[in-house]
Order: sequence, then structure tokens, then C-alpha cells
Amino acid sequence: MAKVTYNTHDSKTHTIDIQNGLSVMEGAVQNDIPGIDADCGGGMACATCHVYVNEEWLDKLPTKEDGEEDMLDMAFEPKKNSRLSCQLIVSDELDGLVVNIPSKQA
Amino acid sequence: MNKTDVLIIGAGPTGLFCAHQLGIIGLSCHIVDNLDKAGGQCIELYPDKPIYDIPAIPECTGEELTNNLLQQIKPFDVKFHLNERVEELKKVENRWHIKTSGNQEFDVASIVIAGGVGSFEPRKFPLKECEKFEGKSLFYSIKDKSIFKDKTISIFGGGDSALDWAIELSNISKVSLIHRRDGFSGAESSVQKVKELNDQGKLNLYTKYQIASLTGNEKIDSVSIKHDDGEVKEFKTDYVLGFFGLIMQLGPILDWGLNINKKTVEVNTENFETNINGIFAIGDICSYPGKLKLILSGFHEGALAARGCFKYAKPDEKLRFEFTTTSKAAQERLGIKK
Repeated sequence: MAKVTYNTHDSKTHTIDIQNGLSVMEGAVQNDIPGIDADCGGGMACATCHVYVNEEWLDKLPTKEDGEEDMLDMAFEPKKNSRLSCQLIVSDELDGLVVNIPSKQA
Repeated sequence: MNKTDVLIIGAGPTGLFCAHQLGIIGLSCHIVDNLDKAGGQCIELYPDKPIYDIPAIPECTGEELTNNLLQQIKPFDVKFHLNERVEELKKVENRWHIKTSGNQEFDVASIVIAGGVGSFEPRKFPLKECEKFEGKSLFYSIKDKSIFKDKTISIFGGGDSALDWAIELSNISKVSLIHRRDGFSGAESSVQKVKELNDQGKLNLYTKYQIASLTGNEKIDSVSIKHDDGEVKEFKTDYVLGFFGLIMQLGPILDWGLNINKKTVEVNTENFETNINGIFAIGDICSYPGKLKLILSGFHEGALAARGCFKYAKPDEKLRFEFTTTSKAAQERLGIKK
């Protein structure tokens, strides 16, 4: 279990308990947090679950698999701290993670 | 005007199988899709990735599934209208008239929306000022490359489209290729070619840069790009091209008066009709209690929606339930000779 905080673009903060094994994307979708579309359902095929990770978390996250950076090329305004939230699998180590949702996904 | 019983919107697996089910019960249909080929997400997002949960097919790829479905509907001679997006919908007495982006017109008894997560559209630049240049000096796809001859072109992106066009246009234009990182998702051979052209001065490659702003009135005069470390470069350009893949958008269907909830269309589970009589929705785009976004669910939904279409297409006839194994009529429609 980990507490994950989602800052949405309208400056609202949502902190949710997410069980281990779910992705940060699934945590958002299950809890109706706006701004994560996840059109492809977690297949790393669409870049509509794009989030910006708070800097202090960047090194603590699992490293990007091959296709993730390719998909991020397609994301709306990708930055250095961009990740696809479908690829961030929740574990105890991610307790306290903060992600920021972009103004839009497309 | 194309007159047929049913118009299917979306040529993904669900739409294709629905065409089969319509054919079996003797109804005709046409299919419209915004992509340039049939297959929907299967072909656009994961043609090579395996699928393991199609009943009775232990493993197949998105492309194989699509090809098999196309094979299965061959007897019905379904007419496809690709590269077309449905735009306008009008009720004319008991029929529906639909117009597409390419001005194709349809006169049908009912409509089956099998639109997945929406039609595939090019992803655009995040900058607001890009809109006013779009279609004039800023493009997301190329129809006529001759307009770029002897011009200065700025291409953004790191996939195959961006690389291929950069290489191709470097023969007739002054090309800059701008990408947000050092790595590319396109083919390695194209990446090498682009680097060679850059070394030979036949193309300018800028990596770790992204678009910052555009200036110009009627047409683009110059583009500014910003490096990861904050440095900004500005240069003159006649055209800007962006290749960021495709995104799915619901588009004009949103304005049809359907009950839409979280990008999906509400349907009943008896025949997958929407709140509007004669308009059905199946596959990923429909929602109902217990909905599973699986291809196999789309097949079931298509079978029932096809039967729901029958009373609109043939109001004076009664639909008989038959098996393809034994039905003479169904086998005739399938073109089976004994």
C-alpha cells in the first residue's frame, strides 16, 4: 500500500491509498481523478496517462522500459520528469509519491 | 448518395464482426473509418503484439486478427470508406442521412457506432498560435510534397514519419529536424541516415529541443526552439511539420445528442441501442453495467446490435433465428456451394 498524491491542473490535490501491484494510472482511473485518460488501457500505446513526477522522486522510480520514452515523444508537452503513469507500479517504496497531471493529454 | 441498410462507424474488430453478423441475417452495410486501413486499434496501436483472449484462438497478433476478420466478411462484399470521418447526422423520415469529412453521403435505416476510443487524429503542437497556421504553413501530414521545393522546412518529431520526411525532403528543401531527446523511436537505419546528412551539412539536426513559439501573420516567418537547458534558438522557416503520432478523439459524434458519459455512449444490453432509436453503439465506445473492454465482448455486442438493426431495415419482415451450420439462407449469403 502506498499513498500517492495527484495534483490536477486545476490546482486540486488528491491523495489516495493505492494497493501494491496497481499502476499509478489505475489508481487515478479507479478513483475518478480527472486528467488521466488512459485511452489504451495500460498498453503503453497511447501516452494519455502522462504525468510529471516531482523531482525528488525521479531517481526512486523504476527505470523506463524501452517503449516508454518513445511514447513520451508523443505526449503533450513532455519534460525531463515526464512518465507514463501506467508504467509506475505501486509498491511500499512509492509511499508518498507526488505526480502532477498536465493541462491536457492531447 | 450511398443507400444501404446499415452504416458502421469504425473498422476495428468489433465493427468488422458486426458487418459479418449483418451479412448473415441478410442486411447490407458500409463501413466508414478515419484511418487509411481496416483494423482500428489492433492495426494502429499493436499490429505485432500478441492477443491471447480471442475465443478459440490461443494466440494471434492484431494484424492477424484483422486479416482473419476481413477474410470472414469477404462473402458480403462490404464497402469500405477509409480516410473518412463522419460529420453530420440528419433524420429524414424513417432514415438517417450521414455526411463524412470527404463529403460522402449515406442514406441508411440504422447506424452502428463501433468507434473504439474515438477516431484517430494527428497529435498537435501544444502551442495555441499553431492553430492559425494549420493547413497553410503548418501540417501534420503531407499530401503534396512539391509545395516544399526550395523552401525552408522545420520538422518536429522522432518517429519514422519525422525521420523519413526529413530524409526525403532534404533532397528538395532546406530541412531542420528537431526532436526532444537524443534517442529516436524510428528505424535505426533512418537515424543513421539523418546523422550522416547532418554531418554532410545537408540537414540540420537539433536534439533536446522543443518548439517554443512561432511568429508570422498570414504564414509562418520563423520558429523558436528551446533546449532542455533553457537556451533558445530562432530561425526563419517557411513551413513547420509535426509528426507526433495519432490520438483518439470522439469528434462530431459528441454533438449527436447521444447520452455520453466519460467518452463512452450509454446503451441497453438487449440490443445495444443508444438513447436515440436506430443508433447502436458497440465495442469500447459503449458503456453499460458490467461492461468489459474486450474484443470478445465487442463481438457479442455486434451480434445483438445487428439483429437490433433488422426491424429498421426490414420493418415488414420477421427475423428468424438460425444457425450457420444448418441455415440454407445463411449459407447462400456466405456463398457456400454444396
